Amino acid sequence: MVEPTGANGNAAVPHERKKLVEVNHLVKYFPVRAGLLQRVKAWVKAVDDVSFFINEGETFGLVGESGCGKTTVGRSILRLIPSTSGEVLFEGRNVFEIEGGDLKALRRDMQIIFQDPYSSLDPRLPIGESISEGLRVHTDMGGQERYETVAEMLTRVGMRADHARRYPHEFSGGQRQRIGIARALALRPKFIVCDEPVSALDVSIQAQVLNILRELQRDFGLTYLFIAHNLSVVEHFSERVGVMYLGKMVEMAPRNALYSDPLHPYTQALMSAIPVPDPTVRRQRILLEGDVPSPLNPPSGCRFHTRCPLAFDLCSQEEPPLKDYGGGHYAACHWLEVGDRSDSKLTAANIAAKKGQRAAGQAVN
Amino acid sequence: MAQENETVLRVRNLRLYFQTRGGPVQAVDGVDFDLRKNEATVIIGESGCGKSSLAKAILRLLPRNAGRYDGEIWLHDQNIMALNDESFRKEIRWRRISMVPQAAMNALNPVMKIGDQVAEPAMVHLNMDEEDAMKSAVRMLEHVGVPIDFLHRYAFELSGGMRQRSALAMALVTLPDVVILDEPTSALDVLTQASIMNLMKRMKHELETSFILITHDIATSSELADNVAVMYAGQIVEVGDARRFFPKPLHPYSHALMASVPRLRETIEPEFITGQPPSLLNPPTGCRFKDRCPRRFEKCDQEPPMYTREGDRLVKCWLYEQPSA
Repeated sequence: MVEPTGANGNAAVPHERKKLVEVNHLVKYFPVRAGLLQRVKAWVKAVDDVSFFINEGETFGLVGESGCGKTTVGRSILRLIPSTSGEVLFEGRNVFEIEGGDLKALRRDMQIIFQDPYSSLDPRLPIGESISEGLRVHTDMGGQERYETVAEMLTRVGMRADHARRYPHEFSGGQRQRIGIARALALRPKFIVCDEPVSALDVSIQAQVLNILRELQRDFGLTYLFIAHNLSVVEHFSERVGVMYLGKMVEMAPRNALYSDPLHPYTQALMSAIPVPDPTVRRQRILLEGDVPSPLNPPSGCRFHTRCPLAFDLCSQEEPPLKDYGGGHYAACHWLEVGDRSDSKLTAANIAAKKGQRAAGQAVN
Repeated sequence: MAQENETVLRVRNLRLYFQTRGGPVQAVDGVDFDLRKNEATVIIGESGCGKSSLAKAILRLLPRNAGRYDGEIWLHDQNIMALNDESFRKEIRWRRISMVPQAAMNALNPVMKIGDQVAEPAMVHLNMDEEDAMKSAVRMLEHVGVPIDFLHRYAFELSGGMRQRSALAMALVTLPDVVILDEPTSALDVLTQASIMNLMKRMKHELETSFILITHDIATSSELADNVAVMYAGQIVEVGDARRFFPKPLHPYSHALMASVPRLRETIEPEFITGQPPSLLNPPTGCRFKDRCPRRFEKCDQEPPMYTREGDRLVKCWLYEQPSA
């Protein structure tokens, strides 16, 4: 088992690292209300039984298309929205059961960087106020001390201390995102949920924000949950990566294993859809048919079976288990159960042989 | 390219300034580029560099505060800048040049059926009657892969990808010579993005249209591009053939932009460009990129001319003054 040596410059660490965050069977259904009495008509199954863990000091990347539930996972962990069931352990304590002063203390340790740097800062507050708000609530620092912390945080993210008196509209997108980072960092948290921190930024400054996040991780020993839809950004930034589809975790593995040998057909399709900036590369792109089904009424069995070119009978009947197929490489696909690793690959031969193998799948069944 | 396709659109020295209280904003400042038949020219740049204003300038969709607006736009052998507004509207807009505006898929009329919406440009601009217009709408929707039973549905019933396809059908229904696509894939997921790009490649071949693709997404743009124009602070700084541009961009800005794209399965860390693009209200004199340029030297305080390199590549940078550079 080779743990990737980390994009953040950390030396290789033994596999037995302390788990900082553990998510067990997290479920979040949103009610859909309609009618005069606003009765609950249906449930949007945004997150449906998701389990994973994040080791201390590592970056866990969470990828998926929009609407797959990745943001909901991030917000549920922080208890920004109540979850339907399941548990989240932070340093061994269940986040959902902590109350009162303990909860307040816990919130110091877990922070979030929001996706949209334009709407996540209060336009009527000087940014220094936004950054020091958490200090005012959570610490007994005096005004001068708070100002010094704000100045220090601003310098850490590559801005000047005198920027503290300015308003958000005076800054560019990249600067605002750095202010968002400074705000998340002011309380010296242990764990930060980065919800698409660079997707609203121009490509020329994305790397700058990522570098800052990486430096801070090294200097403060931070743990990140890095939520993004851009697979290339996640590859450069994360040590382990989870792939979500329609509220389910379909694959989870150390970065190198996932990118060099994706097991789940959905992960393979996602990777083949990533454009490469080279017009001479004429790649075979795996294209999926149709759109993501509605989480209101998700497909039975494996949720990907309606779009999977390799689906066979079992896929619509039974949900495949998320199992470790060696080296911490988890995937949920029936082909890995009934066949071997090569059977879940979206190769032309496999897709062509699909009809023939349906029978075989039935026989195994 | 074995044989050169004929030039459909030639833009020369196009300028579009906006009047603001702080003075004129030089959004498009002396832009030159060519578009050949059946090809796609991609215009790449960061946000705020004037890409969308360029699209509006070509289609003469000017906001109320438009100030200076001049230059030449040659469509085949007609200078369409010389037309008055009414004949431009009647003869050029949507008939010859159409556009898929930014976030078009979110701008479809919510109370109009998809079929009626796609047929509308044909009725308004080609003076078709309702029946014929509907027929061409159906044909075009088939072309772009929207199922026919969506004809009587409303925009909110369609997914993002399908709405983007419908917006594309609206731009193509009049069979124009040139279609301008402003960030056609930026709000879509990777899988949908890939299928829309494939669709546009197919459209280019089947309908013999020429595309101007405006985007900040360098990786996606490379799939469709025949020619690339890089825009920075209202000006085009490099133009060239896509197959030679992507492996080896010439201008330091293009270079930095390419280096900032994270690539899959590569160990090279993406880089970033320090600083921000200059304000177009008061752009720096000389080369506009000089304050962020790693290869700046004394000469950069004067504005560089366009140099021709490798036959047909154009680059606006003093580094290419000497033929050997």
